[in-house]
Amino acid sequence: MDRRHFILKSIAAGVAAGTVASLGRYSELFASGLPSEKYDLVAIKGGEAEDMFDSAIAELGGMKNFVKKGQDVVVKPNIGWDVIPEKGANANPKLVGRIVKRCYEAGAKNVYVFDHTCDEWTRCYSNSGIEKAAKDAGAKVVSGDSEKYYQKVDIPGGVTLKNTKVHELILQSAVFINVPVLKHHGSGRITASLKNMMGVVWDRGYWHQNGLHQCIADFGTWRKPDLNVVDAYLVMKRNGPRGTSRDDVVEMKSQIISTDMVAADAAAAKIFGMEPDKIPHIKMAAELKVGNKNLDQLSIKRIVL
Amino acid sequence: MKLSYLKKIRTVTSLLFFFSIAALFLDLSGVIPPSVFDGILFLQFIPSLLSFTNVIAAGATGFLIIIFLTLIFGRVYCSSVCPLGTLQDAVIYIGRKIRKKRRFKFAASLKIFRYSVLALVLVSLLFSSTLLINLLDPYSNFGRIFSDIIKPVVVFGNNILSGLLESFNIFLIYPNKVKGFNWITIIYPVLFVVILIIMSIRKERLFCNTICPVGAFLGLLSKFSFYKISINEDDCTSCGLCEWVCKSNCIDKKAKSVDFERCVSCYNCLSVCPKDGVIFSSSSKKEIKYSSSKRDFIRNTAVYFIGLTGIAAAQVKIIPTKESTVPVKSKYPASPPGGGSTEHFNSYCTACHLCISACPTGVLQPTFLEYGFLGMLQPRMDFIKGFCNYECRICLDVCPTEALIKKDLASKKLIQIGKVKFVKDNCIVETEKKDCGACAEHCPTKAVKMVPVAGANLFIPETEDEYCIGCGACEYACPTVPYKAIYVEASNIHGTAKKPKSEKIEEKIDLKEDFPF
Repeated sequence: MDRRHFILKSIAAGVAAGTVASLGRYSELFASGLPSEKYDLVAIKGGEAEDMFDSAIAELGGMKNFVKKGQDVVVKPNIGWDVIPEKGANANPKLVGRIVKRCYEAGAKNVYVFDHTCDEWTRCYSNSGIEKAAKDAGAKVVSGDSEKYYQKVDIPGGVTLKNTKVHELILQSAVFINVPVLKHHGSGRITASLKNMMGVVWDRGYWHQNGLHQCIADFGTWRKPDLNVVDAYLVMKRNGPRGTSRDDVVEMKSQIISTDMVAADAAAAKIFGMEPDKIPHIKMAAELKVGNKNLDQLSIKRIVL
Repeated sequence: MKLSYLKKIRTVTSLLFFFSIAALFLDLSGVIPPSVFDGILFLQFIPSLLSFTNVIAAGATGFLIIIFLTLIFGRVYCSSVCPLGTLQDAVIYIGRKIRKKRRFKFAASLKIFRYSVLALVLVSLLFSSTLLINLLDPYSNFGRIFSDIIKPVVVFGNNILSGLLESFNIFLIYPNKVKGFNWITIIYPVLFVVILIIMSIRKERLFCNTICPVGAFLGLLSKFSFYKISINEDDCTSCGLCEWVCKSNCIDKKAKSVDFERCVSCYNCLSVCPKDGVIFSSSSKKEIKYSSSKRDFIRNTAVYFIGLTGIAAAQVKIIPTKESTVPVKSKYPASPPGGGSTEHFNSYCTACHLCISACPTGVLQPTFLEYGFLGMLQPRMDFIKGFCNYECRICLDVCPTEALIKKDLASKKLIQIGKVKFVKDNCIVETEKKDCGACAEHCPTKAVKMVPVAGANLFIPETEDEYCIGCGACEYACPTVPYKAIYVEASNIHGTAKKPKSEKIEEKIDLKEDFPF
């Protein structure tokens, strides 16, 4: 462990860093403090992405339910591709900016934003518009491109994926907000909350090599984000996850937020026009009790603006 | 007439060129717009000359200006424009600070050596090989020193600084990366810089008057310069100061003569002379006489340069370093987009490595023998180290020699440098019956897409290579080891890919409709 890690880890709530990193259950230390929400899931449509977020989060008791004063927050949008926002391959920059803003308003000490991108990362950060939007809102935009940031964690609940290296911000931040964009995906079928988690690990190749869907589900058992905001404002309906042109994109003006990745993705799949059970990683994650894919068992708030 | 201000002008000009060119190579965050590159490199002799032989255009006339300037003032290029010259001056400056009493003496001209090197370079060009010129060109050597040796050091420093700031929770500077540091391709630049430093410590601008083909060529021209440096016997007191400070060792105090062919126009002598002993004046009368042999030589030189057409064939395979079920290899190395063909690229590239420095993904890597001996050190696309960013054309923009010809982004996106080949028997979907899709995920044109496997809830890659541009994203992303299940078969002659299919999706979205759950 180098000096920087040491300092960061010491700051991180004075918990024994090594134990936390190896157990990988950091969030649960804080989770007990969160009041339970009225709804399991909020689905909203018809507005601008950032405004829909405001309305939806209000239904879950507002940001203060998720971010406590003085906490560090990591926001992990999908910034995978070097394309402009209109192509719908990355999360909506305005939405990311608004989330960062609301975190600070709730008293966050630091809000970090990063992704382990697929295309060259500096170009992804800038051309997605997310770097600017996040920085304008006061976030610290961090690289996900160097292995030095990634720490090995064990995944005791994993079937195939038993350990992997995870970005230190996920380990050190008290609050983790997952901001995927809903898209078609050639092999994942769709990509939303569960699949977006691939951007917090170093070695994605291993997942592809050893059964993509099982690894996605396995990783879900390790760390559940404190909040998932599925951006379905512009939805890429084919040629995903990168897309070839704007013609691949449909303006759906929708959003789903939930603390349950599986529920969020099941709802997202429905919006996309697919049955959740047809998507192997959603099914596998539900089997591993990562979350509940049966939407009729959940309390859902539906808002049509 | 006191001419010491000339030295000041020379110093300022040289530092401007030196730092601006160095900045091009060390611009880690890509803040310098590509349009500026051309302006800064406009006067670099060999790149400009090679561009000119390809497209006779105003953008490539820098070398003509240099020839013109040389015919008037002598080799101003060598001390003002050439960044390698200034690099040597820096070594010389430090050397003189350390050994203050050091005095240099007139040394005999190594004319035969110098012209032999020039002749060899010209002959090799005649045989369409740019190898010698690549190895000796001062600008390209400067480029390799900065791209291959200094940039990694700067990146290292940047990362230390970045890490330090991050430990204080400041995320101002992003960390950077050196992709594919290769000990073999760095040998030449390292050897070169070591020899250069030794030469400049011992004999100052010796390199410029022995090895440098540009120096030799401009030296030849400077014989006919209108203004020349000479010694005014009436005012010279034979104090010897000028001889001591002469970087080219070309002033002979005893004979009161200046070998102007070797003079790199540093003007140290003008500024140091206490009298008006050293003068810079129009050359006198009879000296300007062209012998027919000289004229032939110049004419031939021009013919050699302009008449070159590449015939050097490059066919060295990428050697697989690993063993597995189905070995894959591209028959040819992939040359960067914009060259049109490997042959064109090999004939015009001086291996200055500016594109390598500018490339954001690290896909451009210097070669050793992949293009064959004659293409040594020229860059290729290495899809193990990275892949060509679909939205980027910086290598085409920065190339100073027309080895890569500028194109708008839309045209660059259709340049087909190779075609995708799918090796089903290596693919995880086939061998493990598990979903993967890393290749199709990365493909920007959907030349690779995932199609359902009959009888299973699985998707397997399918290729349509007419849409493939050979960017190598699929090959880079493919996780199979040791051999890739998908790779780019590079083409010696680049093609044009079909535009990606696109049709607006017909889907009515009713924003007032309730949710489907």
